[in-house]
Amino acid sequence: MNNFTHWQLKQDDRDIIWLSLNKANVAANTLNREVLEEFERIVDDIQQKENLAGLIIQSAKSSGFILGADIQAFTEIKDANEAFELVRKGQIIFEKLENLKIPTLALIDGACLGGGLELALACDYRVAHDNRKTKLGLPEVLLGIHPGWGGTIRLPRCIGALKAMDLILSGRTVPAKVAAKIGFIDAAVPMRHLKTAAIRFILNQPERHKAPWYDKAFSISFIRQAVGSLLRKKVMVKAKPEHYPAPYAVIDNWVKVGIDNEKAYITEANSIGKLLVSDTSRNLVRVFFLQEQLKSLAKHSDFKAQHVHVIGAGTMGGDIAAWCALRGMQVTLQDRSSEQVAPAIARAYQLFSKKIRDKRLIQAAMDRLIPDLEGEGVSKADVIIEAIYENLEAKQNLFKTLEASAKPSAILASNTSSIPLDEINQTLNNPERLVGIHYFNPVAKMPLVEVVKGQLTSQDVLNDAIAFVRSIDKLPLPVKSSPGFLVNRILMPYLMECVALVDEGYSITAIDSAAKKFGMPMGPVEIADTVGLDVCLSVAKNMIAHFGGTVPTRLESMVSQSKLGKKSGQGFYTYKDGKQIKEPAADKGEHDELITHRLIMRLVNESFAVLRENVVESADLLDAGMIFGAGFAPFLGGPIHYARALGKDELTKIFNDLQSDCGKRFEPDTALSEIII
Amino acid sequence: MQENNTKRVVYVVDGARTPFLKARNKPGAFTASDLAVSASRSLLTRMNASVDIIDEVITGCTMPGPDEANISRVIALRLGLKNTVPAFTVMRNCASGMQAIDNAMENIASGKSDVVLAGGTDAMSHAPLLLNTKMATWLGGWMSSKTIGQKLQMLPQLRLNYFAPVIALLKGLTDPIIGMSMGQTAEQIAYEFDISRQDMDNFAVKSHQHAAHAITENFFTEVSPIFDRKGNAYLHDDGIRADSSIEKLAKLKPFFDKKYGAVTAGNSSQITDGACFMLLASEQAVEKYQLPVIAKLVDCQWAALDPSVMGLGPIHAATPLLKQQHLSLKDIDFWEINEAFAAQVIGCVKAWNNADYCKQFLGLDSAFGEIPKEKLNVDGGAIALGHPVGASGARIILHLIHVLQRNNAKRGLASICIGGGQGGAVLIERI
Repeated sequence: MNNFTHWQLKQDDRDIIWLSLNKANVAANTLNREVLEEFERIVDDIQQKENLAGLIIQSAKSSGFILGADIQAFTEIKDANEAFELVRKGQIIFEKLENLKIPTLALIDGACLGGGLELALACDYRVAHDNRKTKLGLPEVLLGIHPGWGGTIRLPRCIGALKAMDLILSGRTVPAKVAAKIGFIDAAVPMRHLKTAAIRFILNQPERHKAPWYDKAFSISFIRQAVGSLLRKKVMVKAKPEHYPAPYAVIDNWVKVGIDNEKAYITEANSIGKLLVSDTSRNLVRVFFLQEQLKSLAKHSDFKAQHVHVIGAGTMGGDIAAWCALRGMQVTLQDRSSEQVAPAIARAYQLFSKKIRDKRLIQAAMDRLIPDLEGEGVSKADVIIEAIYENLEAKQNLFKTLEASAKPSAILASNTSSIPLDEINQTLNNPERLVGIHYFNPVAKMPLVEVVKGQLTSQDVLNDAIAFVRSIDKLPLPVKSSPGFLVNRILMPYLMECVALVDEGYSITAIDSAAKKFGMPMGPVEIADTVGLDVCLSVAKNMIAHFGGTVPTRLESMVSQSKLGKKSGQGFYTYKDGKQIKEPAADKGEHDELITHRLIMRLVNESFAVLRENVVESADLLDAGMIFGAGFAPFLGGPIHYARALGKDELTKIFNDLQSDCGKRFEPDTALSEIII
Repeated sequence: MQENNTKRVVYVVDGARTPFLKARNKPGAFTASDLAVSASRSLLTRMNASVDIIDEVITGCTMPGPDEANISRVIALRLGLKNTVPAFTVMRNCASGMQAIDNAMENIASGKSDVVLAGGTDAMSHAPLLLNTKMATWLGGWMSSKTIGQKLQMLPQLRLNYFAPVIALLKGLTDPIIGMSMGQTAEQIAYEFDISRQDMDNFAVKSHQHAAHAITENFFTEVSPIFDRKGNAYLHDDGIRADSSIEKLAKLKPFFDKKYGAVTAGNSSQITDGACFMLLASEQAVEKYQLPVIAKLVDCQWAALDPSVMGLGPIHAATPLLKQQHLSLKDIDFWEINEAFAAQVIGCVKAWNNADYCKQFLGLDSAFGEIPKEKLNVDGGAIALGHPVGASGARIILHLIHVLQRNNAKRGLASICIGGGQGGAVLIERI
C-alpha cells in the first residue's frame, strides 16, 4: 500500500501507521482533488486492515502541516453546482477518516490552516509543536468563503459554538499554546516531546475533547436564533453583509440547522458552493494572489540585513525603527537630541507589548532598538533609512555624509514622500545607490511599502531594497520616483474631491458614510483628519505643482487656523483625547451614489493616469498597491479591476455625466480606452 | 618575577557608563542588567570592529535581581553577543566593578583572552525585601501541608512579626562579622584621625561643587543617556546638588550613630543605580583590529585590613602597588579615591601622612606623604554622583582616564575601599 504520489506511509513496531503528506512538486502542502483522492484510497485501505494501533497524520515538509485547500483550484470552478460537488466529495472523505475505528491523530508542526485544520479536526486527537511557526485557524472568511469540509460543524462540536464562531467569523489564526487553551489542540509541546505525546494519545486513547455541557442549549432553535442575532451585530462592526457575506452565511447556517445532525454538512456544502463562485470571493482570491505576487518580487535578490540605521525619530522614523526591531533587526535610531528619541522608545515599547506577549521577547526587542544620538550605527548598518523633515538641502547634505561613512554594500534609502530621489541624489558620488523606501502611517498597521526607483537608482539596489522590505514582513511595491508615487498620488484627487464636496455643503458624515458603504475602510474626511491636514496640504501643493489643479481654499484656511486634524484636536471633525466626537448623520444616504461616483471616479481616473505614466509596472500591481497601501475595498479587487468590472460603456457614461456636472476634472484620462477593453 | 616578563600589555579601548540615578524610595526604572546593557550597547555600537571579536564578558555586581543569576551572561546575551561568548560575574562588595576589570586584565595579560567587555552594574533601588527566617519556616510548612485541615491548623501559628521584611540593602551595608554598619566604620575612622563633622561636610560640599562644575563643562563625556519604556530620557547623574552648602549639610542628623555621631546622609555616598563598562584589549588585538586606545592598565593590587576601618583600604592597596612599580606619590598626576564616606577619604589622606600609621600598618619607614587636594577626585565623587556599588570601581578608573586626557597627564591611580575590610587600587597610564 505504499505507492502514492503525495503521501508516504510507514507502519512502526507498535503498529501505528504514520501517514505523511509530501505533496509532489511544490514547496508547501495544500489540498486538491488529487491529494484528497489518494488520501481516500489510503483511508479505505486502513479501514480494511486488522490489528492496527492507530493512525498519525503529519507533514513531511518543513514548510508546515497543511496550509489549506489549493486556492488556485478555486479559480477553475465554473458554477455553484460544481463547487458543491467538489466540497461534498471532500466532506465524505473526511467523514471516512472520522469513522475509522482505530484512534487517529494529527501531528502538527507549522501552519495548519483552513482545510488542513478541518482534516485535523476529523481526527480523534491533535498534537502541535508549540513553536512560533505553528499557527492554527480557519481563515476562509478572508477569502470570502467559509470552511466547507466540516469545519463549521466539527470545531463547535470540539470547543463549543461560541469559541468556534469567534475563530471562524474572524478568520484569525492562533499559536499552538492558545489553541490548546481554547481546546482544539489536545497538547502543545516542544519538538522534543512531539512524537512521544502523539504516541501516548494513540496508545492511551483518552476521551476526546468536547464542547462544554451548556452547549446542549444550542440544540434549541430559538436559543440559536437569539445568539445568532448577537453574533451578527458583532460581525457588523467589522464587515457589512453586502460586502462580506461569508461570516453571515456561517451564522445563518448554524441558526438554521445547528450541528447536531448530519444535515449540517449538506447545508455547509451548499452555502460554500454559492460563495465560492461569488464576485466577492473571486475578488478576495484575486487579492490573495496579488499579495503573493508582491511577496514574490523579493526573489530577485538574496540581500540580507541585520542592522538597520534610522535617521529621524519622528512619527515615521521612530515607528519604522520599532517595526524593524520587532522583526528581528538590530536597529540604531538617530536624532539630534534625546527629547526626539525618547518618545519613539516609548511608542516602540507599546508596539512590542501589543505584538509580543512574552516578557523576555519584549525585552529582547527593546534591547535590539538602540538610541544613537551620535550616529555611530551609520558605519555598521546594512540599511540606512532617512526619515527627517522634508527639505531637499537637508536631505542632500545628510546623504552626502552618509555615503562617505556607510558600508559600500549598505542600502541608502529615503522615506521621503514628496522630494524626487533624482534631486536628493545629486550630491552623491554614486547616485545609483539611493533608493526610496516609503512607509505608510501607521507603520505597524499598513502592510504596503513603496520601493521607489529614481532614474539613476540601479536595478540591483532596487532589488535589494525590495528583499529588505519583504524581510521585515511588509509587502514591497516597486514604483517610479514621480510625485506622490502610487498611493498618495491616487488618493490625493479623492481627498481633494472630498474637500470640494464639503465646500458645496455636503455633510462630512454623509461623505464618510457613502465612502464606507462603497467599501472603503475609512471615510476620506477621517483619512484627511488622521493623516493631518497640514500633511495633506503640503502633499497636495507638491502634486498640484506637477500635475496642475488648484488647492482648495478651505484646506489652506483650516491649516492656517491650526486646525490640523486629529493631532490638534480639531480638523473636519472635533476630537477629544484623540477620539472623534461622533456627529449625527446628516441625511439618510440620498446622495450616496453621487458622492461615491465623484470620490471614486477621481481615484479611478488618477489610476489610469498613473498606469499611463508607468509609475507601476502593471494594473495588477496598481490594484495591489491601493488595496494594501490605502485599504481600497478588497472585495472589489482594486480600482482598475473595479473599473473593468463596470465596463467601458458604464464608465464612460459616469464620466460624461460627472464632467457635465462638475467640470473638466472629470474628463476621462486618455488611457481609459487602452486599459478598459 | 619570571612570569611578569611574559605578561601582555592591556589597553582600554573605550568605556561608557549610564547616568547614575539616585534611588528614590522605590525601585528605579532600570534593573541592573538594563543599566549594563544600555552602557555596553553604546560601546558596542561605536566599536570600529565587529563585536564578534569580544572573547568574554566579566561583570561586577553585588545585588543582581532574582531574574539575573550570573548577570554577566544575561548581559552578554541581551547584547546579542554570540552564544559562544562566555561570561562570569564577580562580587567583591564595593569593588566588584574593579574586580571585573582586574579579572579582564589578568585574562588578557595571560593570553587567555584578547578582547574583553568588563565593568560593573548595580540597581540598588531594586534591592529586594526578603522574608525573615520565621516566615520562611512557616511558609515551608504551609506549602508542604496537603489537606485543608492541615492548612487550617497552621494558620494560628502565624505571627504578625513574621511579616517584618529583611531589607537586603541594609544587610548588605552591614559588616556580617563585626556587626558595624558601613557608616559606623566611617565614624570609627573619624574618631581615630580626629576628623570633625565640619571637615566631612566641607568635603561633601566640594564633591557636589566639583561634580556640578564638571557637568557644566561637559567633563563627563563617558556618560551615555539611558531611555526608559515610558519615554523618559536620563542624560546626567541626578544626585548632584549644585546648591549644596555647609549650612544645609549642617542641618542633617547623624544617620548611623544617631546620638553622638557625625556621619550623615549628606557626607556619605548616595544609594544609586548605575553601570559602567569598558572594552579592554591586548596589544595584539589592538594591532590586529586597529582598535583605538585611550589608556594602558598597568597594574592592580588588593589588600585587606581591620574591617572596622575598612575605609582606609585604598591606601593599603595603593602602597604596595606603587612600591611594586617603583613610583612615589609625586609620580601620580591624578587620584581617584572612591567617596564611600567623606570621613573615610579624609582618613586615607591623613593616615598616609601619618608616620605612626604608615609604620605600623603599611610597612613603611616614615609617612608616605600627602595627596595634593587639587589632584584628588577633581570632578567630585560618589558623595555627589552616587555609589552603585558594583559599578563604582569601574567608574573611577574610566573617569580617571578622561581626567588624564583632559590634562595631558600621564599617570593616574584609582582606588576604592571595600566593606569587610579590603582595598583595591589600579594604576593607569594615558596613551
